[in-house]
Order: sequence, then C-alpha cells, then structure tokens
Amino acid sequence: MTPISHTPRGSTRGRNSLAIAALVVLAAALAGLAWSAGSRAEPSQPAAGPAPAPATLVVFAAASLHESLAEIGERFEEKNPGVHVELNLAGSQQLAQQLAHGAPADVLATANHKTMDVSVGSGRVAAGSPTGLVRNRLVVIYPAGNPAGIHELADLARPGVRLVLADGRVPAGQYSLDLLDRAARDPALGPAFRRGVLANVVSYEHTVRAVLVKVALGEGDAGVVYHSDLAAGQADRLGTIEIPPALGPVAEYWIAPLADSRRHALAEAFVRLAVSAEGQGILASYGFQPLDETAAP
Amino acid sequence: MAFSLSMKPPPPSARAARGLPGLIWLLSTPLLLFLGLPLLAIVLRAQPERLWASLGQAQVIQAVGLSLATALATALLAVLFGTPVGYVLARRQFRLRRAIDSLVDLPTVLPPAVAGVALLMAFGRRGILGGVLDDLGIRLAFTPIAVVMAQTFVAVPFYVKAAMVGFAGIEPELEQAAALDGAGPWQVFRHITLPLARAALLVGVVMTWARALGEFGATILFAGNLPGRTQTMPLAIYIGFELDLDMALALAVILMACSFLALWLIKGVLQRDPPAS
Repeated sequence: MTPISHTPRGSTRGRNSLAIAALVVLAAALAGLAWSAGSRAEPSQPAAGPAPAPATLVVFAAASLHESLAEIGERFEEKNPGVHVELNLAGSQQLAQQLAHGAPADVLATANHKTMDVSVGSGRVAAGSPTGLVRNRLVVIYPAGNPAGIHELADLARPGVRLVLADGRVPAGQYSLDLLDRAARDPALGPAFRRGVLANVVSYEHTVRAVLVKVALGEGDAGVVYHSDLAAGQADRLGTIEIPPALGPVAEYWIAPLADSRRHALAEAFVRLAVSAEGQGILASYGFQPLDETAAP
Repeated sequence: MAFSLSMKPPPPSARAARGLPGLIWLLSTPLLLFLGLPLLAIVLRAQPERLWASLGQAQVIQAVGLSLATALATALLAVLFGTPVGYVLARRQFRLRRAIDSLVDLPTVLPPAVAGVALLMAFGRRGILGGVLDDLGIRLAFTPIAVVMAQTFVAVPFYVKAAMVGFAGIEPELEQAAALDGAGPWQVFRHITLPLARAALLVGVVMTWARALGEFGATILFAGNLPGRTQTMPLAIYIGFELDLDMALALAVILMACSFLALWLIKGVLQRDPPAS
C-alpha cells in the first residue's frame, strides 16, 4: 500500500494547469500595473515643443519628515515638470549608513547634526553645504483612553508604566535621552526620575514612527515622539502631554544636496524650495517649528 | 515547501553514463560563487581580534543568550504542538485537508513583517484576543513570550511538514500489525511510528530551530526591541549595523556558524539514517 499519492490524474491535471496559468497571468497583470503606475510618474513622451528631460530626484529623508517633504516634493514637481521626486525614508542614522556604503541619492535631510556629520565625514556631503531646515520639539503621547493614567511628565517614572522610545541611535531616541538628562538636573524631577523612566522602557524602536504606531495601538502606555509626528494621522488615537520648554531639547533638522549628485542643479533647487518661505510654510503646517535664531538651543 | 529528504547520490554508473560532467560544473559555478562570496566576505571582514572583543560586550552576550533560549523554546513547542498536526495531515484523508495543509504552509511564504502585523492584530492589546488577555492581566507584547510566539508562527510549519512527510512514509501495515498483536494506540506510536519517523522529525526540529534563530520581521513588530528581553541576534545586527559594524559582524558570524552547524547536523542525520521508504 502506498502513502498518500499526489500524482494528479485526468481532470485534476487539467484543473491544475488552469490554476497555474491563472497565477502566471495574475502575476503578469500585477507587474504590468506596477510598471505603468511607475512610468506614469515619469512621462517619457513630451508634448510638442521644448520639453524637459525626465528626471528622478532621490531624496533621503528622516522618517519624521515623511508627509511634509512629500508635499514639498509635489510642489517641486509642479514647478519642474518632468521631474519625479522619490523619497527614501528611514531613521537618519540608517540613511547615513546607506550613503556611507555608496547608495545613490541627490538630497539628504536628517533629524540631527550628528548624522549629517557622518555623511560629511564619508564624503557624500560637501563640508559647509548643509543648511538648517527646521526645528521640532518632543511630546509625550499616550493611547486614547489613557490606560495608565499619564497626566504629567513625572508619571512616566511611575513603576509599571510601559514606555516606548526610539532607539538611542535614532535622533528621536537621542533627543529623548537628552530630555531625561535635563530632567535629571531639574530639581523637581531629579535623577530618580531618569532612573524610573529608563526602567519603564519596554522597547527601543528603530524609527520614531514605530513608536507612534505602537502607542496608538495601545501596546505601550506612553511614548516620546516629535510634535510633528502628531500630524501623521494617528492623532485621533492619541493623547498628548507637552514637555516644559525649559526641559525640552529642540531637534534641529539639516538638509544638503549630495556632493556626487548627478542632478546637482535640481538638488540645490529642491533644497532652496525646502528652506524658502513656501517650504517653511508647508513644514509649519505639519507641526514643525521655524528656525529661530533667538530660540533656546 | 521544497526540501529533499532523500540525500543519497545516484550510483556511479548512472553518473558516468550522463556525459559532459565538466560542462555541468561550469554552469553551476556562477550560482555557487554568488552564494559563497558574500558569506566568505563576512568571515574575511570580521577581524578575529575585533570579533573577540565584540563577543565580550554585554549587548552581544544578551542577544546570543536570548536567541538561543527562544529558539530552543520554539523547537520544543514545535515538537509538542506540531507532531499531532503532522500526524493528522499524514494519515487522514478528510475534506478540509487541503485547506489545513495550505494554512500550515502559509507562514513560510508570508513575509515575516505580515506575520508580525497579524500577531499584533490578534494578540495585541487592542487585538481580537487582546482585550481578554488584558483583563486577565496577561501582557504579551514586548516580552520574550512574544519573541517565542513570533518565531513559532514562522518556523513551526517547517517541523509540521517534515513530520507529515515522515509519518506518511511509514507503511500502515506495520502499525496495524502491532495493533493486531495487542499494542494500544500510544504504544504503537511510541514503539513503531516514532522510531520510523525519527530522521524526518529530527530534520524538522533542526530546521525549525534554525529558522527561529534567524527570525526578524515578526519579532521586531510584535515583540519590540529591548536588549536582554526581546533583542535577538538578528535585531541586534539590524540596529547595531548602523553604529557598531564590528558588533554586527560578530553576531553575523555567530549566526552563520549556528546555521551551518544546523545544516551539517541535518545532512549527517539523513546520510546515516535515511527515512523509511
């Protein structure tokens, strides 16, 4: 007696061939759809008259700049027909590493100066070319319903609170740790606060947006994210607590064209748009703070 | 899922009769080089002194310990809960068999990130079961239990399929004969079925263990990332890569060694103890 036989016979074989054929057609159709969606963004048939050459501008941007730079990118595309702006979003430290390993790009926007320095150090960005882009501040978030009853900063150190932070190597995570250092020096909170908070951390996420989602899902009782992250669409599932300005570190974002960009003129034009009044207006609408020389560092 | 339990090479006479062995080798070289070069590159890049220094770091020790412990737990869960499923799939012809077979195969073809999201939706605090678990005071996310759950979800199907193939290869007459001689079902299973399926089950366990060791996407989404509690070796490599390449390389070498050891074991078992046919 043989074990279960899997050799198809007759009509089963015909049905199997049909299934395989259907799968191949489906895969081809999906691939074709993706191809046409991609190429639609890059028009290759210009209308009559002098038409610009189609170009793709690759922008490496910190995750927290997602929506704002996407909108700036759309505005840039309107002003420069034929140009397609492609955003590569990740933690700034990850972007710096990708560039150090030779990833092609045209513009870099980071959430702190350190990761921009890494790219200057690796030669991808010319020293002196980065300019300040915008500022951001941190806020404490909790899931709608506030299951752990977080009402003020001091509550974060209460035993049992499940806190989600960005990893210390991610700019948002570094700023969170800076916040704790400042709090440790504050007479009202002190080093016990920092110890309590660090003991409550249940996860160090690799992007600040992952912190946002985990808290919005209720997995964490609280988290620390950028004020601008509240514009990412999860605001209705979150509550926020402002951090006193005296304690809050201010995140400084930097932007620069890449030294070896093959579309240098376009890259510089993009940077100019981002720091212009128009670009700054877009950033402000997403919760960022303007670069203000008089603001406390 | 394709893996071969039959590892015996064809007899020499058949090989010589095929002709042009040199050409076959030539055509095989590109792929072998492609697979071998990156692995060799890691070993060459990882300088021994730096490797040794990294191995002493607390974060590395925690990641290795956690990975080994959770992978072992996953392997044990596989045997406990996967064996019955493998047996059912091997021996019973029933209407839902094809659906269950596909269900068990699904995690192996699903992107691990999808598995992570799915686990969150089911067991997360606001997930389907989340409310019930929360009321009971059970918190799964961000714990080593969540790590084991993520690994189990993506890796246990390997064991189940291996068990299924192993059990299916046993002649039912052997079990029937034992039953006729007065053996109870459990005695039949213990003394006839298990020993005959031993090789396949062992292969399944080792593959599950190796897959669990390398699990990343579901882990980082469902279990989070905390050194000592949920940061397994793959997570430490991913996050460490950005700042501490030496540590990432050290962990990569360890993972490679573990995986290689696992494969070596599998091949050894199969050659020594081929499955019943």
